[in-house]
Amino acid sequence: MPRPLDARALAALAANPGCKRRAVLDGAGVDKSALAAKLGSPAPFGQSQFAIVRGNSFEAKVKADGGRELLRLIGVEEPGEVSVPDLAAAGPEGRVARTALALREATGAGAWTLLDHPLLALEVAGSPVHLEPDAVVVHPDGGWTVVEIKSFPMIDGSADAAKVGAAARQAAVYVLALERVAARTEGARVAQSVLLVCPKDFSNVPTASMVDVRKQRSVTRRQLARLTRIDEIARALPEGISFDVVERTAEELAAAVECVPHQYAPECLAACELAFHCRARAREADAVEALGRSVRGELGGLTTVGAVLAAARGEEGDPEDPAVAALRRARALREEALAGVAACR
Amino acid sequence: MSLISTLARMEAVESGRAQPLATVRHRRLSARPLVLVPLTTAGEAGAPLGALVGTDPEEPRLLVVPQPRDRDLRFAFLADLAEEILPYVDSFTDVVEAAERNEVDPETGKKVKVEVELCADAPQLIVPSRAGIEYVRLLGRSTRFRRTAEQDPETPFPAPPRVPLLGRWLTHFGERARVPGSSLLLSATDLLNRHWATGQSSLEDQHLGALLAWIAPCDGEPGAEAALRAEVGRDAQGQLLCPPAGPATDPAFDNKLLAPAIERYDRARQSLGAAEDGESADTGLAELHGAERELRRLIASQLKPTWHSVWRAIELLRELPEGARVEDRWTRDRWSFTGHRDRIAAGEPPQPRRDDAVTAASKLAAREQAQGQLEAQEALDDPLVMAGRRLAGEAFSAEVVEVTMAWTESKRPAPRPLVTVRTDDRPHLAEKVKVYRSLDGKPQAAEFVRYEEDGSPLLRILDRMGRSREPAEGSVPEKGERIVWTLFEHDQRVGPKLPDPEETPWTHGGPPRADAVEPPDAVTPEDLL
Ligand code: SF4
Repeated sequence: MPRPLDARALAALAANPGCKRRAVLDGAGVDKSALAAKLGSPAPFGQSQFAIVRGNSFEAKVKADGGRELLRLIGVEEPGEVSVPDLAAAGPEGRVARTALALREATGAGAWTLLDHPLLALEVAGSPVHLEPDAVVVHPDGGWTVVEIKSFPMIDGSADAAKVGAAARQAAVYVLALERVAARTEGARVAQSVLLVCPKDFSNVPTASMVDVRKQRSVTRRQLARLTRIDEIARALPEGISFDVVERTAEELAAAVECVPHQYAPECLAACELAFHCRARAREADAVEALGRSVRGELGGLTTVGAVLAAARGEEGDPEDPAVAALRRARALREEALAGVAACR
Repeated sequence: MSLISTLARMEAVESGRAQPLATVRHRRLSARPLVLVPLTTAGEAGAPLGALVGTDPEEPRLLVVPQPRDRDLRFAFLADLAEEILPYVDSFTDVVEAAERNEVDPETGKKVKVEVELCADAPQLIVPSRAGIEYVRLLGRSTRFRRTAEQDPETPFPAPPRVPLLGRWLTHFGERARVPGSSLLLSATDLLNRHWATGQSSLEDQHLGALLAWIAPCDGEPGAEAALRAEVGRDAQGQLLCPPAGPATDPAFDNKLLAPAIERYDRARQSLGAAEDGESADTGLAELHGAERELRRLIASQLKPTWHSVWRAIELLRELPEGARVEDRWTRDRWSFTGHRDRIAAGEPPQPRRDDAVTAASKLAAREQAQGQLEAQEALDDPLVMAGRRLAGEAFSAEVVEVTMAWTESKRPAPRPLVTVRTDDRPHLAEKVKVYRSLDGKPQAAEFVRYEEDGSPLLRILDRMGRSREPAEGSVPEKGERIVWTLFEHDQRVGPKLPDPEETPWTHGGPPRADAVEPPDAVTPEDLL
């Protein structure tokens, strides 16, 4: 049973789309936090209860008044009747179906509808994943707008660019998932801008801004299209491999994880629960990527720190190779500067 | 990352110790900096939780907001913060030196020299990390529009008297921190990262504890291990051994220790409020004090390690000699400080919420110029930085092999000596490309003429040789001399040490601002600040 991809998993997907290890674990619905803890490198992500309380109360405030507050933020003062359908259903499949039905009904209704925590499905690497946006608003003209409610502030009309970017990437995935439903719904159209709702300045009064996510949407779509199908990755794995966090021992789990190649980069640290585990592996392997993704570019075929240093010192490597030649010059210049200063002191 | 710094990182990986990225210090370190370590409440924009602040590493002042949702307590915190920061700032406003500034006379349109004051030194704020710099900006924004009872007796939630002024100064520090190379407000992580390369990525370098683990490990422990402990090490209670450098706290601290302590404080306040007789009031008060003491202890436990780390960073940086051109940039900081001092004295309103288009554009231009200048100055001050420019083909070190005198063909011939040099570097030279060398601290220009048959570049010296036919003593490179030439200009500045446009107050000819007074933020009972 796949678990819904939460915001963090989506961020990890965006931060490191090509990582097969993450893809398999997410695809298999593994609790990566529990796995990381059992591997001895617990994920550093936690949430302060202060932030949770504040986030919940803010979201409640935004959705108050039967959705009218939210529509006011869209700029509709007199929405008339706003319907807020009940989306409860048994199991994720049921909730996805219930959401699709509610969307269809709302689209034909010619009135405003607020879907509170709908559940959407999207195929990622050949397996279905579930997504739960904060809300979707259906316009009387059949337009669907994704609503993202965040608790970082919008101060003087602008919010932290990095946080807005992350929210936009997340919302773009929802747009993609909604488009699948819209394709099967007459008269439906998914807006390519999402409504980002944040507290205004230093208050908890909501304010909103439309964020164009066309770019994020097409980037994500391309990334998703390029993903290796999980079943293909899985086929390459040894028989009987299991990520059962409860049943398996730490050693078994470590061995299982090791079977799936990782693609560690420092960006993982902020996005993936397994980051400290993969970082340790990358460092053990002396991989240059542990120092940053961009490092690879200037090093040609050299992939380990040891090989780079040996090439720079002239102990290894082909001097005709431009990367090796550049390294030797870099080292010579660096040594010259340091020696000159040491001599003066 | 340039290849040279990538290499330095790899050497750090290999040796387990950070490696130098600079041979001199490229930022001013005040003899008396003010260190500020703030903490904020998770999920609340700009609701401070506490801070350590002060100029004496041994005696920080601890400020705590026992219940961050309480506006009065937050105001009390800000008033205390103002009491620490403003006297420090003020101590620099009165010591001045006379300076001259070029100004355009509004009536005649002519350039005139005006006598003005320039503060002899300026305050310096040091925070732990970049997030700390952002927090200073945020505090500035949240307080500068506050109204005091004196300004507006009708204001619903009056701020303590000096708080709006604190906001204006913090805003100024925050704004100045965006100018490359300025030193009014610095973060310890940026300072360390400018001067050392660790064996980890630049993302991990934002963690002050991990960074110091590489640069100054205790007992020579390998950097990676010490850094890992700083990142994730926890005690038996599940608390981080090295608390985050703020302003955000660790969620485990919030949930396990802080939340119960705040709850206890709230309960004590309630029971004190409900006390009906002297005796229960006394018990209530004692309980309240106890709860407050506990909160202070907890918050101090999170702040102290960072406080020491920041001072440790300062100590490490003091060991490096200051770069020769740092003084020049600091003078600009002094102008910036003096300008803001004058604005406040002239009764100008607080900085607007948003810059108008013209101001925004000129700030951007000024920052770009500052960036170019910083890059040039750092290279000139530091052979290790210059090495990076040489590798990039933007500079070259060369030996003079031949000097041929030549002159211009005008009525009063001026010297234009031709200099053949030999270099192993690979500068991007092309015909008429100008190159510069530093002559007594001033740039001397030459142009590339051609490559000689053996591949040696031939340069023609263009200036700084005096007015006579014969070049002034020492102004022409001599055979055998080794000289570093740059393809970039040394002094990317127009005019003498002028303040940046943003710093020009109206009292100094700056345009009066159209947006004279901005209204204070609207306040509602739920507002956090
Ligand atoms: S931390 Fe590991 S599993 Fe997660 S995305 Fe990075 S490399 Fe993949």
